[in-house]
Amino acid sequence: MTDALSRLLATRDWLMADGATGTNLFNMGLTSGDAPEMWNEEHPDRITKLYKSAVDAGSDIFLTNSFGGNASRLKLHGAEKRARELSRISAELGRNVADKSGRTVVVAGSVGPTGEIFAPMGPLTHAVAVEIFHEQAEGLKEGGADVLWVETISAPEEYRAAAEAFALAGMPWCGTMSFDTAGRTMMGTTSAAMVEMVEALPNPPLGFGANCGTGASDLLRTVLGFAAQGTERPIIAKGNAGIPKYHDGHIHYDGTPELMAEYAVLARDAGARIIGGCCGTMPDHLAHMREALETRPRGARPTLDLITEKLGAFSSAGDGTGEDTAAPRRSRRSIKRDG
Amino acid sequence: MADDQDDIILADLDDEELVQQMFDDLYDGLREEIEESVNILLERGWQPYEILTKALVAGMTIVGQDFRDGILFVPEVLLAANAMKGGMAILKPLLVETGAPKQGKMVIGTVKGDIHDIGKNLVAMMMEGAGFEVIDLGINNAVDSYLDALESEKPDILGMSALLTTTMPYMKVVIDTLIEKGVRDDYIVLVGGAPLNEEFGRAIGADAYCRDAAVAVETAKSYVARKHNQAAMRA
Repeated sequence: MTDALSRLLATRDWLMADGATGTNLFNMGLTSGDAPEMWNEEHPDRITKLYKSAVDAGSDIFLTNSFGGNASRLKLHGAEKRARELSRISAELGRNVADKSGRTVVVAGSVGPTGEIFAPMGPLTHAVAVEIFHEQAEGLKEGGADVLWVETISAPEEYRAAAEAFALAGMPWCGTMSFDTAGRTMMGTTSAAMVEMVEALPNPPLGFGANCGTGASDLLRTVLGFAAQGTERPIIAKGNAGIPKYHDGHIHYDGTPELMAEYAVLARDAGARIIGGCCGTMPDHLAHMREALETRPRGARPTLDLITEKLGAFSSAGDGTGEDTAAPRRSRRSIKRDG
Repeated sequence: MADDQDDIILADLDDEELVQQMFDDLYDGLREEIEESVNILLERGWQPYEILTKALVAGMTIVGQDFRDGILFVPEVLLAANAMKGGMAILKPLLVETGAPKQGKMVIGTVKGDIHDIGKNLVAMMMEGAGFEVIDLGINNAVDSYLDALESEKPDILGMSALLTTTMPYMKVVIDTLIEKGVRDDYIVLVGGAPLNEEFGRAIGADAYCRDAAVAVETAKSYVARKHNQAAMRA
């Protein structure tokens, strides 16, 4: 238990993670379509400012600017050979901010999805995925990340490949999936299925959970789904600050700082121990979240009704974990055959 | 039960049973079975266009509905679309030969900086399944790539997809360029992708936001019909 995240988890009831990376970088002048990871080298001052804004707002953990820093994604920008280097720089900048903060702040090396579909339906094999993640993991490790943090994953195969790569790098890690399709991931994984998958890993994460997806309400329903499995593993909640709207050439998420404060408290009451935001979550949101987590008393586990009352409606009736799932319209011959 | 199901001899089924079986086989993503059934129907004298609409499109509509309703997810739909493609590969040359009617033409691509093409591929496959001609520009498309394709292909519809907060504003860059060039209204512009919503689609100047591939097909059909009606009224 030597890593900073394990130490914090051992002494604290809840930890606050950071907010958005992309939305914040847009406000600093990032152009749509460009790779944010290039800024690690071109504008280290801005990336440092991004990290510092999260720390100053009270985050105990922040994610590095390396979400798209794997070879598969950087290829779009002709930078596939720079995955390790750009990831390393993102972590070095983070290490520097964390070390100057005067308290324990965890530098979490962000690892996003490859964007490819796994074989047989797509081109990505397990071996190649592990290699891609491993390369980035080594870069983040060299740069001084405390833990690795894979996020926005849809396919269980990809989550497992990342876990294997992180074992090769000998790093502790966390990993979240994005539940954006009728309460499941795009590939159909439910919150319950994720718990089962995570617990079956040879090197399970320090924490697991959900990020991004649709609104804050859906994300909390997913957290309740994790908790219902009786897991003892720390649950991570990183929800979006509402939904994106377009105003005067800017993306703006409609969730207010007050709403995100409600979300943070509900997330904690629902069973999450690491609470942060995702897209649209700005420093002001984080400051409100921190204040609410520190000052509001812990409540009972929220009901779905309380969540919709405080944060708004869910995007779908169910999330695939209850009895409410609709019946398929046709028989499934192939499943019977496999069974 | 499982053994009974495996022993189905497709050629022994009458037309109606066979089409029902094709719905099941599309649903299950059984490509070889679909190919076999398409060939059986052709041998029985079905017109290629009839097979396309009454078996493949109708079967994919069911897949689309269950995808829309959160019963099927991406892996199952990819399998189904792959099975449909098997059938389409047989029908395509025959459809051209027999001069079958076309629904319309679409140019589709994922915007610059975005590698995610799962949703875009689904839309392309479902649109083909619905009888549209689809020109797929792939991932990471800059404005010029869209403009070139629009000019050379002259489609009815432009489809754009983005899966990231950092790339979705690029759709507006493309639409703004179309407006600048005075060609925006020559196309039906449909947008989609996980982080988007209807209001966002309107705000950036698209004709419609499509929540998923099934909705994209329905929306495309209704807009193309409207466009044809307007053309007929002017004529």
